[in-house]
Amino acid sequence: MSSGTAQDVDRNPMNERLLRAQDVSEQRMLLSLATPALLMIVAIVLIPVGWLFYLSFIGNDGQLSLEHYQKMVEYKSYARVFVTTFQVSILTTLLCILIGYPLAYFLAMLPQRMAGFFMLAVLLPFWTSLLVRTYAWLVLLQKNGILNDFAISAGIWETPVKLVHNMTGTLIGMAHIMLPFLVLPLYGAMRKIERDMMHAAANLGATPIQAFWKIYFPLSLSGMVAGSLIVFVLCLGFYVTPAVLGGGRVVMVATQITAILENQFNWGAASALGVVLLVATIVILYLAGRFLKLDVALFGKS
Amino acid sequence: MASHSDNQSAETPTALPIRIQGLTKKFGQFYALDSVDLEVHSGEFLTLLGPSGSGKTTLLMAIAGFNRPDAGSIRFGEAEMILTPPHRRNVGMVFQSYALFPHMSVAENVAFPLKLRQVNATEITDRVAEALATVQLSDLGDRSIDQLSGGQRQRVALARAFVFRPRILLMDEPLSALDKKLREQMQIELKHLHQKLGVTTVYVTHDQREALTMSDRIAVINQGRLAQVDTPHVIYNQPANPFVADFIGESTMLPLTRDDSGRFFFESHLISADEPEKAGSDCSLVIRPERLFVIKDQAVDTEQTIVFPGVVRDFVFQGDTAFAVTSISDKHDLAFRFGTDASSSEHSMQPGDQVSLGLNRADVIIIPRATDL
Repeated sequence: MSSGTAQDVDRNPMNERLLRAQDVSEQRMLLSLATPALLMIVAIVLIPVGWLFYLSFIGNDGQLSLEHYQKMVEYKSYARVFVTTFQVSILTTLLCILIGYPLAYFLAMLPQRMAGFFMLAVLLPFWTSLLVRTYAWLVLLQKNGILNDFAISAGIWETPVKLVHNMTGTLIGMAHIMLPFLVLPLYGAMRKIERDMMHAAANLGATPIQAFWKIYFPLSLSGMVAGSLIVFVLCLGFYVTPAVLGGGRVVMVATQITAILENQFNWGAASALGVVLLVATIVILYLAGRFLKLDVALFGKS
Repeated sequence: MASHSDNQSAETPTALPIRIQGLTKKFGQFYALDSVDLEVHSGEFLTLLGPSGSGKTTLLMAIAGFNRPDAGSIRFGEAEMILTPPHRRNVGMVFQSYALFPHMSVAENVAFPLKLRQVNATEITDRVAEALATVQLSDLGDRSIDQLSGGQRQRVALARAFVFRPRILLMDEPLSALDKKLREQMQIELKHLHQKLGVTTVYVTHDQREALTMSDRIAVINQGRLAQVDTPHVIYNQPANPFVADFIGESTMLPLTRDDSGRFFFESHLISADEPEKAGSDCSLVIRPERLFVIKDQAVDTEQTIVFPGVVRDFVFQGDTAFAVTSISDKHDLAFRFGTDASSSEHSMQPGDQVSLGLNRADVIIIPRATDL
């Protein structure tokens, strides 16, 4: 380096500063590419959430207070809403696993190209509106709907069965909408299991059933956990489907928030509900992360 | 478990011969295996050697039961296995990818086949320890698989394959992922292990040196057929056809002509007078480059030696040996390999030098030229 002293040259080998400067400018470039997204997150996530958080601590008299949180503890109806929310979320997740695991397994066993075609079928519902899909279930499941008509004419049951405007309908609709969120990560994890693994298990004396439970299932677990968490968390805050298919009988947190805003226009109470849901979700994700190595499951690190 | 009515024989391991007859496997119109007949003797180390796509792995997978052949018979001893599912064949196998279970520790991997056989817990502990000691991994039982180096994984895969005392051991290019030094060390270790266990071993490789190093016999396979099955010595010194001569070791092939009395000539050189068993006139002379030597002051054939006068075209120094290509006529070159010790005068060879290369008549190899292999 022409500008350095003799000592400098000793300690700083050729072009060291220039090379480091290139490093730094590359990092700045990357950061500047991420800036619009970061600004967006600040504007539409952090600021509103912070504002809601603040509102939840403002009482009806405009003073700082915990009254909204106190009400949540005092009134049983609030507890019921949270119980329902977790019930629906857990049951939907279980339903998704029950339907999604065999589906993902089937896809993973197909040759790559065929699997692509079937995956399209799994993803197709994503491209139609959520509302349309929900009302489609209403048409299928209602008292004089296609399913009841068919079952009665086929003699499976005699009087129309109540399949909608209750928990059953909500779960059917939710499971249908959530299924791809489970299948995608699960399929990814299953594709990564080498065929040799199953060969090795069989070679060492495992029957196909033993090989599945001792080797395949544990190796697919990371994908299943990732998918289940995504489904569960999405369910916690879901609004449209329980509102339409639950018919007012399945009141989840999101439905309750809307009700409070529409009936009482009470921003504080609605915010407090939102904050509790958000905190509960974060706690669940944190615990899941602690016990299930979430980074492995979600980002495929090994 | 249904598969282990033969627990008794697992206690006292005896090697089993493998008898393969008419084994055929098609992929569409392509014959991966074309009516293969092969007998692997009891306790023998047999290597399936061939280029990629030759069918060697397909054959191994058929023995393990991972693919369903279209026709043929595979017997272990007297028992027909062709319809037996892989988990009831009771053969050990080392996979190219090792196929170790990442959610189990080293010891759990090795214990897996024993647990499936419902061996009792104390015996499992003992046998796992013994197997790990055999592959020199005694201290690593509690490690997880991703903490192991490639060489260590290889040893775990090996321990897992023999811990349940199978009477047949299959290996699918088990050393191909290791670097050269470790690979050569493992070749010797595998050979020792085979001698210790005495188990019938079928080993797949595309590396001819590995095959020559380790095998009792080599089955050279090409395009789904066996080109030659014999000891390394015979495979190298008496290849049965051009494919084997070309695939194993280095060789130069020169076309031979035959006169009325059946003698073989290369150009004006009389190569051999008495090869009555070689039928037909279309034969080649196979010359191994390292069997040639420089002759100083002589340029005519003698009773012991055939002499090829020529001109050096290329010369390459490769450390342990040096390699030269010599033109011996307008159409033909000879490859020539020689030592690089200080006493060897060939060092100073330059392109353009005149040189006479000698070949002892005892090293003459004559093979039929036209063959469908």
